[in-house]
Amino acid sequence: MIRIAAGSGFWGDWPQAPRLQVESGPIDYLVMDYLAEVTLSLMHRQKARNPTAGYAADFVTDIAALLPTLLDRNIRVIANAGGANPRACAEAVCATAAALGIAGLRVAVVTGDDLLADRGGSVPLESVVKPFYPDGRPFSSIASKLVGAHAYCGVESVVEALHRDAQIIITGRVADPSLFLAPYLHEFQVGPRDWDARALGTVVGHILECGGQASGGNFMGDWESVPHLHRLGFPIAEFESADKAVITKHDSLGGLVSPATIKEQLVYEIGDPTRYVTPDCVSDFTTIELREIGANRVEVSGVRGADPPEKLKVAAYYESGWMISGQLTYTWPEARRKAEAAGRLIEQRSRERVGDRVNNWRVEVIGAGACHGALQPAIPEPEEVTLRVTAFSEDRAALDEVGREFAPLILTGPPGATGFAGGRPKPSPVFAYWPGLIDRNEVEPVVEVFVS
Amino acid sequence: MKVRLYALAHGRSGDKGDSVNIGVITRREEWYEFLRENLTADAVASFLQPIAEGPVKRYELPNLGALNYVVEHALGGGGSTSLQLDAQGKTYAQALLRMPIHVPDALGVEIHTHWGDDLPQECLVPE
Repeated sequence: MIRIAAGSGFWGDWPQAPRLQVESGPIDYLVMDYLAEVTLSLMHRQKARNPTAGYAADFVTDIAALLPTLLDRNIRVIANAGGANPRACAEAVCATAAALGIAGLRVAVVTGDDLLADRGGSVPLESVVKPFYPDGRPFSSIASKLVGAHAYCGVESVVEALHRDAQIIITGRVADPSLFLAPYLHEFQVGPRDWDARALGTVVGHILECGGQASGGNFMGDWESVPHLHRLGFPIAEFESADKAVITKHDSLGGLVSPATIKEQLVYEIGDPTRYVTPDCVSDFTTIELREIGANRVEVSGVRGADPPEKLKVAAYYESGWMISGQLTYTWPEARRKAEAAGRLIEQRSRERVGDRVNNWRVEVIGAGACHGALQPAIPEPEEVTLRVTAFSEDRAALDEVGREFAPLILTGPPGATGFAGGRPKPSPVFAYWPGLIDRNEVEPVVEVFVS
Repeated sequence: MKVRLYALAHGRSGDKGDSVNIGVITRREEWYEFLRENLTADAVASFLQPIAEGPVKRYELPNLGALNYVVEHALGGGGSTSLQLDAQGKTYAQALLRMPIHVPDALGVEIHTHWGDDLPQECLVPE
């Protein structure tokens, strides 16, 4: 029986989760997902300012506290916390281990995904990276503003790292479900073309990759019935054999694992369910069989799969401009009208200073339809609303001027503005996302093992 | 009887670029056929018009009692470039579940039985 525990759904997820997974019951693998779409662009910016940065530094500190237990119980950790600088992350883990008096800790680093850093310079990227959609703009159109470009690598190199007895495995961009598929393939000696088995492991990976979102978090089905969210147990996949998995959680932790919670996670971020594509296989979600076999125990089986596409997906990020956003709160009487008037004032006054240097504006009234717009019933007089003004420009200085127009509203605008904590809004860089495709043979994943 | 979709289903939304996908999951397996017949892609596209341009494509997952709607041009550009508060479409499943839907009397009875006293008042829609 192997137990694969989810430890993190994104960079910034609940810091208690990994510790609670380790301390609250038996697990064999702790797998942590740190990379949402834009995360890598933020990490590249960090690395540009400091060449030893560019990875999830909190992974290093969170794992440090757990190292003695992980080693004592032979729990292996797989994390894409390496981000834009996987080697630096691994070195930091080794240094932390050494400082704790732990020698001989084997930390694997999986790279090859970073198309700017990891490829030799012989063939220019423009000629091998194609747009993902047929009508997408060519790579050359973003090349001059490129911040980073990563291929979504698959499971093979993570399996190799496990095979080389790494205790901690740190990757850059690997497809999220592949992180969870790796221990399953490693333990069960599944054949390289057993697509159904790879699809089962991939579906389990999709269930676990967002952490608590499968075990009672963000649960629309019956959120108030989920016990002890303050001690939420992230999901755990148990495999006694290769043909099915049981999704569960530690008994002593809070949360809920039911067919309903798992279904909400299964439909999350999918398109055509018959073709859920990863570098490792194509899974057909319409073949998944869920069976509740006990309290907080749901069996997953019956999954059918097929061979994956020839090409790998590429995620590239480029500088597209700057964005600024600020808020002010107004109350009864005439809360909404005051907020709308304030929004107009900010825009009018800004335009006096920046003219047409600001390309896009958006004025929203939170509490009166910011999320659901005209779908929500017209509330004649909301008691209290928050104005939100957001602007985009390629000209950062123009947005600096816009940022100076918020606080003055308190003394020079409609009456009773509040909620202006946090200081003057500042522009932040916008990294636009460009999806692409690359041939597998253009990407060479590499596994290195560092030892503390 | 007219109810909001929330009385029949729950779900979750996710984003991909400027598209949002909304998974709608029936609260009871036996209600899936009714939704499959009535919650068409066109009906969803029409209802979501105020907040999403579309088009809408629908996929069926009968094994899970679920329907997946992929809605294009929904997020003001999406991801890091969108100016809207809900740039990642985290509230779009809730938006769709507001949708009023006519149910036959027998199904109305099942809905009341399922919820007992807990059926949210706002889910009953005056005719």
